[in-house]
Amino acid sequence: MTGGHPGLRAARGALGSAIFWVGLLFAASLFLLPTLRPLFEWAFPGVEPAVYNRTTFLALWLSHAGLVLVSSLVSALVGIGFALFVTRGAGREFRAAVDSVAGIGQTFPPTTVLAVAVPIVGFGVTPTLIALMLYGLLPIVENAIAGFESVSASVLEAGAGMGLSPLQLFWRVELPLAAPLILTGIRTSVIVNIGTATIGSTVGAVTLGTPIISGLVGEKMPYVIQGTIVVGLFAILTDLVFDRLDQALRSRRNG
Amino acid sequence: MTEAVAANPARGNRVLLVLAGLGWLGMIGAGFVSLAPNRLMSGRPLSLWMVTDWPTLAGITVLGAALLAAAFRPQGKALHRATALIAALLLLLIFFAAGRAAEALSAAAGPVARISLGTAFWLTISCTSLAIVDSFQRLKAGPVLRIGTALAVCASVAVMAAGGVFDALSIMVEYRSHQTSFAHELARHGVLVLGSVGAGLAIGVPLGIKLTSSLRLRGPVFGTLNLLQTVPSVALFGLLIAPLSLLAAAVPALKAFGVEGIGATPALIALTCYALLPIVRYTYSAFSGVDPVVIEAGLGVGFTRGQILWRVSLPLATPVLLAGLRIVLIQSIGLAVVAALIGAGGLGTFVFQGIGQDAVDLVLLGTLPTIFLALATDFTLKSVTSILQQRMAP
Amino acid sequence: MIEIERVVKSYGDRKVVDQVSLTVESGAFCVLLGTSGCGKSTLLKMVNRLIPATEGTIRVGGEDIRGIPAEQLRRRIGYAIQSIGLFPHWNIEDNIATVPRLLKWPEARIRDRVTELLDLFHLDPELYRRKRPSQLSGGQQQRIGVARALAAEPELLLMDEPFGALDPITRDVLQTELARIHKATGTTILFVTHDIDEALRLADRIAIMDSGRLVQHTTPIDLLEHPANDFVRDFIGRSEISLKLLSVRTVAERLRPAERGDGEPIAATAPLREALALMIARGTGRLPVSDAAGHPVGAVLLEDLIQ
Repeated sequence: MTGGHPGLRAARGALGSAIFWVGLLFAASLFLLPTLRPLFEWAFPGVEPAVYNRTTFLALWLSHAGLVLVSSLVSALVGIGFALFVTRGAGREFRAAVDSVAGIGQTFPPTTVLAVAVPIVGFGVTPTLIALMLYGLLPIVENAIAGFESVSASVLEAGAGMGLSPLQLFWRVELPLAAPLILTGIRTSVIVNIGTATIGSTVGAVTLGTPIISGLVGEKMPYVIQGTIVVGLFAILTDLVFDRLDQALRSRRNG
Repeated sequence: MTEAVAANPARGNRVLLVLAGLGWLGMIGAGFVSLAPNRLMSGRPLSLWMVTDWPTLAGITVLGAALLAAAFRPQGKALHRATALIAALLLLLIFFAAGRAAEALSAAAGPVARISLGTAFWLTISCTSLAIVDSFQRLKAGPVLRIGTALAVCASVAVMAAGGVFDALSIMVEYRSHQTSFAHELARHGVLVLGSVGAGLAIGVPLGIKLTSSLRLRGPVFGTLNLLQTVPSVALFGLLIAPLSLLAAAVPALKAFGVEGIGATPALIALTCYALLPIVRYTYSAFSGVDPVVIEAGLGVGFTRGQILWRVSLPLATPVLLAGLRIVLIQSIGLAVVAALIGAGGLGTFVFQGIGQDAVDLVLLGTLPTIFLALATDFTLKSVTSILQQRMAP
Repeated sequence: MIEIERVVKSYGDRKVVDQVSLTVESGAFCVLLGTSGCGKSTLLKMVNRLIPATEGTIRVGGEDIRGIPAEQLRRRIGYAIQSIGLFPHWNIEDNIATVPRLLKWPEARIRDRVTELLDLFHLDPELYRRKRPSQLSGGQQQRIGVARALAAEPELLLMDEPFGALDPITRDVLQTELARIHKATGTTILFVTHDIDEALRLADRIAIMDSGRLVQHTTPIDLLEHPANDFVRDFIGRSEISLKLLSVRTVAERLRPAERGDGEPIAATAPLREALALMIARGTGRLPVSDAAGHPVGAVLLEDLIQ
């Protein structure tokens, strides 16, 4: 066997993987940015303190990730639920209408959804969550509908004819076959939400956008750069993880 | 736009039932407009019947009841046309009622009072619009009818606005106090969108076409563009500010050309970067989707490669290209709002100012035109695409 | 095995199946034959309750199917359809194992059953069990579809135009295999087709349907010799009847034991059509006949074919 010890081979495989490197950089940015203080002091003289220290980047990231996670979970459940309703039985009549609403909704810029939520529920986490949930719903609904419709009718007929109960048919056949498209929808939703959440700082939510906005408002460029680095790496890392998940799903499907 | 679903048509229209039902519930249970004593305090919601005169109220009730009744009748083309007409009339009447209500309230409450549109208004506007869309889908209405109706409705609202019907509403008050800067920011927004999409097309279309023939480049190009799109917009804007401001500091002459750290330049560059991925992807998809058999036939006839591109591939690729154009324009309209955060101007200025001042109407002054622009672009391009497709496959 | 009593299926005012009564004996191969829209597929799907009957009773193995929970009923019945419907995200073994797993068979027994079925269809078990449906040809997929239907050793097999989407050669091969498997397993088969030749070849009894009604239910030979009405005659093809009879009757029925002939013998079990074809090819009016072991048992004469 080439490569020697299996642990070493695995390590080499990991080293080659983009996820590993980006993940490493991201973790470094979360914890080690303050060590770059001399660099920022040199590049931007006069900015005190040179590294954003109102809150740790770790805390910012946890809050940001928490917002995205909660809203994505809710959107996923509701979105898949809507798609389920609309792809069978009585709900089919609503399919065209749901399509229209989703299409129209996606033309709304995400920032406007956020902006409109504020007068209704106030500042802070609440409007951000609402905006994230509403906006995140749309790609999930569209993709889940496409996913369920991609399951061939003859597969479902064969399954029912063989004696799979409706629940078994859904869980063992329809959902696994629809999964890749559903995952694509969730992926789009999560990535857009990471972006929208950064803007949530303008309405008082604590996110990785906070140093960026604070830097823009107070003309402190280093903060903008620091926030950008962390949130950029976070977004890229998330996308890579989803990519890996997508590959794993597809290879399980096709062997 | 998807095909209409004919569920059991004899049994009625469940979608219309839901929409009409929601509209009724909203009108009864929520505020149509809200009245605030001044700009700083929050408003008191007022129901439709409290603020509307009898004729208008009767009109809305009758039309609303007609829609609800139509949901129970056996469906047919005539009923769908009637439903669309009733819904359109109801839509315009609700707009009218809102304007008149504001007028009446403002006369009574004085110039400092603020009258804004309430939940019931937004809900019924959305429901009636969706009812029109639903009827058109069931009618399988062609683009001409859809465009005609949209233009008629928009024109009617515009006429009402020009006639001063909405002048008492707080959003119009806000508009009047920001009239010049609104025009300025609207223009800025347009420049940001059209400039970035234009630049994106100039770079992206040739790149997309090149990718159809170059397998090697595909991976790296799509990889880089994907990476760019993943990064949140504020971050990308912010990331461009630093180098650009350093550049401007080092070479002051550039400032004369408008290259600064803050401002339109980083926004334009960032917006162009965001525009590139959809443009390249859709161009690639459009041209690689052209049936190779057709291209071979063209070669056989004696066309040069250039002629094939122009006369064969381009017409066939047009629907997909238009879809990509639609998506990139809508994306840019939305992203340009964020550009206000880095001082680039645009409609986002009002949004963020409004958030800062806790002034709803200022926020709406930025949000509503943005949404309208996005919807109008979406609708126009979808109509153009469907007209073209009708021509190509009669 | 199957008792269909005055079954009706209507959608609104439209009767898709109209007062059909039919009995299928245990172990028989019954073909539901007819044109598109005559109700044969609908009738088939009423047997496993994929479509509920509007009126009438259906009994399987003596039990009224309405008294059995639908899933339980379907797990006792094999179901193979034209579009096959193999689960694309599972390999061949998992596909075949679907119903046995639902019935909670022990894994070892399932594994053996999969091997047995793949052998039955002449597919190398070790090579095919891990493959995915997308890696198989249309003919192979349909074999797996039928294997999947047979996996749980059902008493009854329902087949809805299973070979309709295949090319003629594959169809012919699969028909032969199905006939072989029917003989080997003794499963009752209810088979829907619009192809008269397929029906004549495979069926013990043919039930021919038109516009929802059962027109005639009898053996292939009887159908050809005594068609019930003009519809049946036209369906078979009036000018074809005599030729089709030649496909159904065997050499053994026209054998002259005392006679002999020259050249390659023809098997006694071969259809008369094959004898005629050989006679034309060789330019002779007489063929020697042999039995399964190859021993000469007589001859068949052209004049006996024209009877």
